[in-house]
Amino acid sequence: MKKRLLALALVAALAFSALSACSSTTDETQAGTAAPTSGETAAGEAETPAETEGGTAATGSVYYLNFKPEQDAQWQELAQIYTEETGVPVTVTTAASGTYETMLTSEMASSDAPTLFQVNGPVGLNSWRDYCYDLSGSAVYGELTSDDYALIEDGTVYGIAYVIESYGIIVNQTLLSEAGYTVDDIQSFADLQTVAEDITARSDELGFAAFTSAGMDSSSDWRFKTHLANLPIYFEYQERGITSTDAIEGTYLDNFRNMWDLYINNSTCPPAELTAKTANDSLNEFLNGQAVFYQNGSWEYANVVGEGKYTDADVTMIPIYIGVGDEANQGLCTGSENYWCVNKNASEEDIQATLDFMEWCVTDETALQAMTGGEGAMPSGGAGMAFAIPFKQAPESSNLFVALDAQMTAEGKTPVSWNFTTMPSEEWKNMLGSAMAVYAADQTDDNWAGVVSAFVDNWASEYALANGG
Amino acid sequence: MKKALKKYWPIFLLPTFAAFIIGFIIPFIQGVYLAFCQFTTVRDATFIGLSNFSRAISDTTFHHALWYNIAFVIVSTLAINLGGLAVAMILTRAIRGRNAYRTVFFMPNLIGGIVLGYIWQILLNCVLSLLEKPLLALDATAGFWGLVILMCWQQIGYMMVIYIAGLQSIPDALVEASEIDGATPLQTFFKVKLPMLMPSITICLFLTITNGFKLFDQNMALTAGQPAHQSELLAYNIYYTFYGRSGPQWRGIGQAKAVIFCIIVVAISLIQLGVTRKKEVQQ
Repeated sequence: MKKRLLALALVAALAFSALSACSSTTDETQAGTAAPTSGETAAGEAETPAETEGGTAATGSVYYLNFKPEQDAQWQELAQIYTEETGVPVTVTTAASGTYETMLTSEMASSDAPTLFQVNGPVGLNSWRDYCYDLSGSAVYGELTSDDYALIEDGTVYGIAYVIESYGIIVNQTLLSEAGYTVDDIQSFADLQTVAEDITARSDELGFAAFTSAGMDSSSDWRFKTHLANLPIYFEYQERGITSTDAIEGTYLDNFRNMWDLYINNSTCPPAELTAKTANDSLNEFLNGQAVFYQNGSWEYANVVGEGKYTDADVTMIPIYIGVGDEANQGLCTGSENYWCVNKNASEEDIQATLDFMEWCVTDETALQAMTGGEGAMPSGGAGMAFAIPFKQAPESSNLFVALDAQMTAEGKTPVSWNFTTMPSEEWKNMLGSAMAVYAADQTDDNWAGVVSAFVDNWASEYALANGG
Repeated sequence: MKKALKKYWPIFLLPTFAAFIIGFIIPFIQGVYLAFCQFTTVRDATFIGLSNFSRAISDTTFHHALWYNIAFVIVSTLAINLGGLAVAMILTRAIRGRNAYRTVFFMPNLIGGIVLGYIWQILLNCVLSLLEKPLLALDATAGFWGLVILMCWQQIGYMMVIYIAGLQSIPDALVEASEIDGATPLQTFFKVKLPMLMPSITICLFLTITNGFKLFDQNMALTAGQPAHQSELLAYNIYYTFYGRSGPQWRGIGQAKAVIFCIIVVAISLIQLGVTRKKEVQQ
C-alpha cells in the first residue's frame, strides 16, 4: 500500500512538472494569435474602470519597455493613472542598468512583445529598424517641436526623441568658493586646469579633491568612453563639416588626453584604482563634499538636488572644455539618445493603443507635469522625471541643468551636439574604455597609443563590420 | 510488479519524455538551426548558410577565449580535484568536529556565482592594491588566477563530498590487508585506495571539466572579460557576441560559436569519460 502511494505521488509529481512545462510553452505560442487582451499584471487593475467608463472600450494594450531605471517609479505611476482614466492596460517594465539590449531581444521574441521600446540613435536603430512602425502622421510626431528630434530615414519616421538632455561638469559652488574661485573663473580648459591643479596642490588643507573619481567600472565608464569621447569627435566633425564618418582621424586626441589626465590625476583616488570605482562611488563623493567637479548630466539632477542633498543654489553645470574651438562660446553637451519606437509587429489595436498613450504622455497636463516637474510633481507627491521634452505643449522643465542649457543657448553659446550616437558600435566604446582604464593605471605614451588605436583604428574596423557585413 | 510496469509504463515515461522534448530537444534543434541564420529575434530568422561559422572561426577574441578557457580548465580541474581529495582524506580521519568541517567546506557551493564573483572581486582588488599591482580589470593574468582561486574555493567542498563517499565505500578489509602485508601509507594510497576511488574520480573530473568550460557568472562578475576581452572564457565570449554587439549579424555568429562550443565540450567530456572509466576496477 505504502509503495503504491509513493508511486502514485511520483507519477503525480512527474505529470505536474511536465504539464506545467507544457502549459507555459503553449501559453507563449498561443498568445501571439489570441486577441491581445492584456498583460497579466495590468489586467486586474484595468477591469473595473473599463467597465465604469463604458464609452471608451479598451481593445488594445500597451507594453512599454523602459530604458531609464531612474524613472521607473514615475512611469509605473503614469501607467496606472492612464489605465484608470481610459481603461487601457499599460504595462511598464524597466530593464536593469546596462541590460536593455538583452531584455529587448528576449522580450521581442516573446508573444507579449513590447509595443513601445527605445533605441539610442542611428546606431541602435540598425538592430531594430525592421521592428519600427512608421510614426509619420502620428499625433505624437505632430507634437514634436522639430524634426531634429526624430530618427528619420528616407521619409520614414522610425523614432521620436522624448527627452532632451545635457551634460557637462557639475560644480559644487560652495566648495569652489572655499578654494577661492567662482565658476566665472573657469572659461576655458586652461582655467579649469589651473583651478583643478591648485585644488589638488592644497587638497590636504582644503579637505577635498578637484574631481570625483572617474570610475571605469561598467556602471560609470560610459561617462568617459562615450560622453567625454564625444568632444574630440564633435570638434573633428565641426572642422571637417560632417555629421558622421566611416573613419575618424583623431585630430583632437591630444586635447582628449590632457582632459583625461586632468580628471584622473586630480581626483579623490589614485588613478590605478579607477577600474574598481562605480557610478555610486562617484556620486557619493560629490554628495559628501569630497570633490568640486563631477562630470555627469541633467538626468542626475534628482540625485544631486533634493532633500538631504544640495539646493539649486549650491550646484551649477559648466561646459566640458578640452581646449579646442571657441571656448568662450561653448555650451553644454545637449542632445538625446532616448528614442521611442513602436513595435510594428504588434497587433493593430495595440499599435493604436500605444500611439494614444504616447500622445497622452505629451499632451495631458498630469503626464506633462510628471515628465517635466521635479520635487512633488507626481500626483502621488513623489518627484517627477524633471525631463526637458521636445514637445509643443511641454511646460518649462524644473531641472536646473536643463534651465542652464537654455540660458546658455539664449546667451548665444553653441551647445555641443551628441555625436556619440554615431560611434560605430558598443564594442568600440568598450575597447576605448578598456584602453583608457589601462592608461589611467599606468600613464605611459605606449598606453596612450593603445587609446589612440582603440579610437582611430577600431572606428574604421567596427564601422566596416557594422555596415558592411 | 513486472506486469504492472508493462501495462503502465507510458504513465511513468511519457510525461518526462514530453518535457524532455519540449525543454531540451526542440530548443537544441532550433539553436543549431539558428546558427545558420541571420536574426534579431528567434522568431524571424533568415537562412544564410555557413557564413556565421566562418566568421566565428575567424574571430580572434574567440580564439583567445578558447585557449584561455582550455588553460583555465586544466589548472582548475587539477587544483579542485587535488584540493577536494586532500580535504576528503583529512576529513575521513577521526577528527573532532569532522561533520562541522565538512559542512563548512561545502557551504561556498550554496552561494550564487554572481555574488561570489563580486565578493571576490572586492577581496582580490583590495589585496592587489595593497601589493600595488594592477587591479583585476587591468591584468588578464591576475584575472585568470583570481578565477582559479574563486572556483577552488567554491568547488573543492562539493568534490570533497563525492570523494568522502568514495573513500568511505572502500572496504576496511582491503586497507587492513595491505597494511598487514607491509605496505607503506603511500603504497596503500596509490595501490589500493586510488584504484577503488576511480568511479568518484570519473564523476569529479567530468563535473570540473564541464563546469570549467561552461563557467559564466563568475567570469562575468569577476572581470567581465576586461581588459579588452583578454580574460574572457568561451561562454562569456558567446554571450557577449550575442547580446553585447549591435547589428543583426552578431546573433547568428554567437549562435554558431555556441554550436562549436557545444561540440568541443561534448567531445572532450566523452574522451575523459572513456579514459577514466577504463581505469575503474571491480571490487
